[in-house]
Amino acid sequence: MPGNDRDRSPWYWLLLVPIAVPLMTFLFNAAEPTLLGFPLFYWLQLAFIILGVATTTLVYRMTR
Amino acid sequence: MNPGEHVTEIVIFTVLFLVVSGMGFVAARWRRPQDLASLNEWGLGGRNFGSWITWFLVGGDLYTAYTFVAVPALLFGAGAMGFFAVPYTVIVYPLVFLVLIRLWSVSHVHSLVTPADFVRVRFGSPTLALLVAITGIVATMPYIALQLIGIEAVLKTMGIGGSGLLSDLPLIIAFVILAAYTYQSGLRAPALIAFVKDILIYLVILVAVIYIPARLGGWEVIFGRAQEKFAATPAQGDGILLNANNQLQYFTLALGSALALFLYPHSITGVLASKNRNVIKRNMSALPAYSLLLGLIALLGYMAIAAGVKPIGTDNNTVVPVLFDQMFPDWFAGIAFAAVGIGALVPAAIMSIAAANLFTRNIYREYINPQATDAQEAGVSKLTSLVVKVGAVLFILLIDPQFSIDLQLIGGVIILQTLPSVAIGLFTRWFHKVGLIAGWVAGMGGGLVLLYNISNPAIKHAHFGGSAFPLEKLGFDTKMTIYAGFLALLLNLIVAVAATLIARAAKVPDGPDGTSPDHFTADEGDPRVKDLELESST
Repeated sequence: MPGNDRDRSPWYWLLLVPIAVPLMTFLFNAAEPTLLGFPLFYWLQLAFIILGVATTTLVYRMTR
Repeated sequence: MNPGEHVTEIVIFTVLFLVVSGMGFVAARWRRPQDLASLNEWGLGGRNFGSWITWFLVGGDLYTAYTFVAVPALLFGAGAMGFFAVPYTVIVYPLVFLVLIRLWSVSHVHSLVTPADFVRVRFGSPTLALLVAITGIVATMPYIALQLIGIEAVLKTMGIGGSGLLSDLPLIIAFVILAAYTYQSGLRAPALIAFVKDILIYLVILVAVIYIPARLGGWEVIFGRAQEKFAATPAQGDGILLNANNQLQYFTLALGSALALFLYPHSITGVLASKNRNVIKRNMSALPAYSLLLGLIALLGYMAIAAGVKPIGTDNNTVVPVLFDQMFPDWFAGIAFAAVGIGALVPAAIMSIAAANLFTRNIYREYINPQATDAQEAGVSKLTSLVVKVGAVLFILLIDPQFSIDLQLIGGVIILQTLPSVAIGLFTRWFHKVGLIAGWVAGMGGGLVLLYNISNPAIKHAHFGGSAFPLEKLGFDTKMTIYAGFLALLLNLIVAVAATLIARAAKVPDGPDGTSPDHFTADEGDPRVKDLELESST
């Protein structure tokens, strides 16, 4: 087995992005611009799900 | 409402419910264990679940009936604030990715079943482990009770249930069935049922978010009507956007809830049942598919506003079932109700198993029968799972369902106090066991004082009215509110650091650490994992 530093890969730091971004209310607390009738507040926060999926998938691939 | 108008719905609901219950009993034979009489088998399904089963199991575990009923109810009542569930379920996966894979490894090396087991090994303190176990059990009970509220809301909409002892009978019968097959099959039952639950839920929600907006005139109309409703109410905190005073609450509530979620014993049970580290990692990138679903479900609250739904009595939890009842043909409403009802069974089963495991491992084996055999442990857990469910039913029968979401928020404040021992303990052994115990006492005490001082004029409660603590009560000149659990956790951490420094200075003996750094990264096929399995649970 490859040693104790398996959890020390720098890729793990990338996971801080999808933790921090969805918490910044100033990014999305507005009605405009709307998308398909959704105010910004709703569609952008749903879009953060994609950010989360992309980041965790990338880190999984790079650390498995 | 009159049950006579709902015959089709009741029939479909009952049939689906019974089919799923049958699956629960058959699950004991699924993936044929040689013997169910051990906690590894009954309580963790053989610790051998691959990616697909884990996805359904953890998804079934985290997105509960309460989610389908209470989150839209929150948007219906308060607006944007209720949408915190979306950022909360986005940030939880990277957090789990970072933290729980280490717990998986150390648990497999040492044959641990519960978070309190880990604390026992890591800090060598039965007292601290006992505190973590009790916290887990106490926080889980109202969460199980919440699942019943989902079923209750559906039953009310179909015109059965309501008030009085006899009308609670359908709910009690549903729970007796659940208790019986959990007793029989252990974690295999919810794992198998989770497949059906998810297929039904996905079906219902996809239909709902396409069909209902089309009937109501589109999303623009839905958001517009919601805005009109909130503008017309005298309350200051509501609206389809956040205001200056509740942004801090939104941020701390989402973060605090995410931290709390993976400390709950039932989420840990789901993660520990998986086969290896990569199963967990892969799942953390696939589970957010549920968050998208959750976001759409939340918006059912606004659809209910736009459709002019009136909740039954004062129970906002009924808005989604009533919306389905108004919008869908009877047969599809029946399927939708079954989805919510079955959605309650999966998490309720996992939660009661997790709470029972905590009791068995950290109270029964630690203090009552240290020589317990595997079969005795499994027997005690099975009985405890029944007791826990009876407790949950009493919660529902005796407490106003209006509190459902608040109950869960209070549970979150409580479980967060185990973060320093469990989550931080996975990364560092810096804290002294005395420090952690002192921090727990301070956080728990502080958290309960904060919650006690939160009033909720809307439901006429002077105390325990929610989790949004007004900062002006601490002497700040502001109308801002903050999540009480967040403040309590800060207090916990400060006290834990201070008490650790004092205990070191006073040379108070610390407990022994039973782990070594490589235990936190061990994986399936690793010689250590195998070796220690032979030693069994010592």
